[in-house]
Amino acid sequence: MTISSLVQNVSYAQIAAPLIVAAGAVAVLVAEVFLPPRRKPLVSWLSLLVLAGAAAPDIALWPGRTVGTFCMPRSAVGLYSLGAGTPQGLPGTCSYVADRFALIFQFIALAGAFIVVLMSAASMRRDRIPTGEYHFLLLSSVTGVLVLAASRDLITLTIALETVSLPAFALVGLKRWSGRSSEAALKFFLVSVASTGVMLFGISLVYGATGNVHFGPVAVHLQALSGGPIRHLAYLGAGLTLVGFGFKVSAVPFHFWTPDTYAGAPVPIAAYLSVVSKAAGFAGLILLTGTAFSPLLNKTGPLLAVLAALTMSLGNLVALRQRDAVRLLAWSTIGQAGYILVPLAAHDQGSYTKHINASIAYIIMYAAMNLGAFAVVHSVHTTSLDAYRGLAKTRPLASAALAFFLLCLAGLPPGLMGLFAKVAVFGAAAGSHLVWLAVVMAVNVVIALYYYLSWTARLFAAPDAATAAIGRSPATLRFAIGLTVLASVLFSVWPQSALGAF
Amino acid sequence: MNALLLAMLLVPAAGIAVLYLLPQPLAERSATRIGFYAGGVVLALAVVLACVFKYARTGYQGTLDWNWIPALHIRFHLGVDGISLPLILLTALLSALCFFYSIRHMPEGGSRRSYTALLLLLEIGMLGTFMAADLILFFVFFEIVLLPMWALIASWGGDGAKAAANKFILYTLLGSAVMVVGFLVVFAYTDSFDIAWLTVHARGDVPKSAALTAFALMALGFAVKTPMFPLHTWLPDAHTAAPTAGSVLLAGVLLKMGTYGFVRIAVPILPQAAPTYAPALAAFGVVGVIYGSLACLSIARKPDGDLKRLIAYSSIGHMGFVLLGIGSLTTVGMNAALFASVAHGLITGLLFFLVGGLKVRVHSAKLDDIGRALYRRAPKYGVLIAFAAMASLGLPGLAGFWGEVLALFSATKPGSGLRQGSYIAMASIAALGLVLTATYLLAVVRRVCMGPAATASEEPVTELTAVETATWTPLILLTLLAGLWPAVVLGITNPAVQVLMKGV
Repeated sequence: MTISSLVQNVSYAQIAAPLIVAAGAVAVLVAEVFLPPRRKPLVSWLSLLVLAGAAAPDIALWPGRTVGTFCMPRSAVGLYSLGAGTPQGLPGTCSYVADRFALIFQFIALAGAFIVVLMSAASMRRDRIPTGEYHFLLLSSVTGVLVLAASRDLITLTIALETVSLPAFALVGLKRWSGRSSEAALKFFLVSVASTGVMLFGISLVYGATGNVHFGPVAVHLQALSGGPIRHLAYLGAGLTLVGFGFKVSAVPFHFWTPDTYAGAPVPIAAYLSVVSKAAGFAGLILLTGTAFSPLLNKTGPLLAVLAALTMSLGNLVALRQRDAVRLLAWSTIGQAGYILVPLAAHDQGSYTKHINASIAYIIMYAAMNLGAFAVVHSVHTTSLDAYRGLAKTRPLASAALAFFLLCLAGLPPGLMGLFAKVAVFGAAAGSHLVWLAVVMAVNVVIALYYYLSWTARLFAAPDAATAAIGRSPATLRFAIGLTVLASVLFSVWPQSALGAF
Repeated sequence: MNALLLAMLLVPAAGIAVLYLLPQPLAERSATRIGFYAGGVVLALAVVLACVFKYARTGYQGTLDWNWIPALHIRFHLGVDGISLPLILLTALLSALCFFYSIRHMPEGGSRRSYTALLLLLEIGMLGTFMAADLILFFVFFEIVLLPMWALIASWGGDGAKAAANKFILYTLLGSAVMVVGFLVVFAYTDSFDIAWLTVHARGDVPKSAALTAFALMALGFAVKTPMFPLHTWLPDAHTAAPTAGSVLLAGVLLKMGTYGFVRIAVPILPQAAPTYAPALAAFGVVGVIYGSLACLSIARKPDGDLKRLIAYSSIGHMGFVLLGIGSLTTVGMNAALFASVAHGLITGLLFFLVGGLKVRVHSAKLDDIGRALYRRAPKYGVLIAFAAMASLGLPGLAGFWGEVLALFSATKPGSGLRQGSYIAMASIAALGLVLTATYLLAVVRRVCMGPAATASEEPVTELTAVETATWTPLILLTLLAGLWPAVVLGITNPAVQVLMKGV
């Protein structure tokens, strides 16, 4: 065996997107130091440029069929698989694969971060947020999401997930003058660290039982283990790993950090956590349940079904009682996460692969509408729901946009996008013979309608003393709202663009 | 003909666009007229549709089929046949009349522009529901109706409008969300949402147990909309609180979307499950007949009884007959259900218009506030109320008669697999409801129209205005036409029903 046969070859075209964003993160941090104070806002534009530039290699990759990079050389597979099974037959020993799935999530991350940067561009000074650090941390976190979506082994997955989370703690706490912000950051940090610990323990058990970290071989070994004595160890490991991701997507009962963290963080960061970071969590969940742990679907399926039902029910019920816009959106994202989990709850491989595109399409559409809702909330400054009374009189366009986003979240026409997303998920549940889950979801859709609708009704009610007096929002923020409206309208009249993406 | 259906949906959409493209003051001033023009064009198109429709042919005509969302197998598929044509005509007519009436009688509450835009959106949803030839498209249009109706009730409604509007939308959404799960259960076995294809093939592809689940889910959705007895509680509040145009369209068209769903989708697509649930549908229908009539009777006897609420409860009774007809699972029953639906649309539409007119005059719909002796105070108006009441109680020669009698008749010979004895018992009870209906409607006529004016303080009531006469004449004429010549409706529906009920 020669050394050259152990060296992995690297396809830079495939990893261009995370490389650009990572380099951009450093560039932004350095640039901020050398820019005179008057020119600091240029940093936001630099970030936008980096994010847009990172999309270019992904667009080039879109039509092709990628095989992956950082692959185990053939000769090393035998070494690596610890002798279990036949090494030659082991599928997928590449650590990074920029396939359709990965590219979709990378686009979500890049577009989502783009909107977040636009949202925050004009409010940095008002919120007294250090510009350079903010953009550095944001772009670092995005790098993590880009890698996570394309990662195909447990180690890369874990490191990517940590790259997503670590900058996020700091981002939540960036309003250093605010006690709530620090509390939110601390809470988020503790919960996240605990969940990472649990997940790492799970991964180590899976590794111990299967002797592999690449998803493909792990699946093969799990299949082979099904009658063996250490199978329980592997099941426990898989379960704990999923629990770790349950925290990331704020699935009940691992959700309790969400409302406090969102409420304490700067609003654009709450939007980032609710869309991009959550999408990363789902990407990980889908990768694990769909590939590495696919032989265990008959065990993870029922678990996720119960989790989905609990998540949507609790999220929507508690959202009913919220008086604060960001908290309401926080609980509503928990409810929405429950819907996204439904297609993952399929009990067998056939239904899982047939219906998983419902989850992916839901995440795409959810990204557009949720970012839009947060963008409008950010433009209103105060977050008390009473401040929204009669907003349609003073800010007709922003109110119309918010009403549209809320109806999309509720899934009621004219918010057709949300309706089709829900139909796709209902279809997944019915197709996987989980009619009970579909009915639970139907009830939840009704509960959710109530709070979305009463918020919408507030917008068009007569203004009173509590109504927020707000002027025109800055151009960048209006541009952000405009982009999300555009995306939402596109997905509403042409849902195929999202539903057929995967 | 193919462009006709799409045009009927696009014209109201264009109306909405015009309303929001014009400068606001101008749009505000001319909103109701723009609405009427759009509604008028749709009515004209509907009349053209009725003229070019080939009555001898069965199956969808004028179809438009566009592969909208291939990933979900959802097609933008429109079509019209003998079952949907009468309902499309009814929708176009009632909408146009509501627009016309609103030019003069705009309810208080908000901007005219929003009001008109909401009515136009409502019209798109209602027409689309009856045109859809794809289950998910049907669901989409079914849902489009909810938001405008909610907003109409909440913003332009009377007392307690907000709560009533919320109750309406939450109930109906629960129904339709469950309904779409039913559609998707069917889809899981057939891989199709095409209504015509499913009518032929679903019975073979969907196993019995899944069919039972799917039918129950769909029926729940349609039963909320119809409404069926224990699921009716949203209706009285919503009808009472809604502005006149809202009540007319709610009773005249929206309730029929439930009936239509049963006749078009639930029963023909899942005939293997229908006999299991049909007796329950019929029984709840009969309970609704008795319950609705008794509720009306008590309102008619109360001093502060609300006439609008009374008509709302009477709808529950009338829709009970429709359910009885559907529950018989016979072609006669289905025809009866469709006929009764159209008749109820005309008559109840007229009744809500009349009460709306009284509300404009005496600022209340309470029986005591309306006072007595309308025959003396406003003879034409009084006679019109009596006419509508007679039509509603099912006087032979008027539209209300045929639907209910045919429904009773169908129940005496129910479809195969159903127990004739229990159906005859149900029909007898429903017939008793017919008597109760007559009792309360006559009581209303006696209280409102007849008698001496009780006190001098009772103001004179304005006689029929020109706008009112123009609005209501088409309804009166059609009520007479359908009553004297029922074949005008049954001739259209029967061939299509025969096809749908093949093998049920």
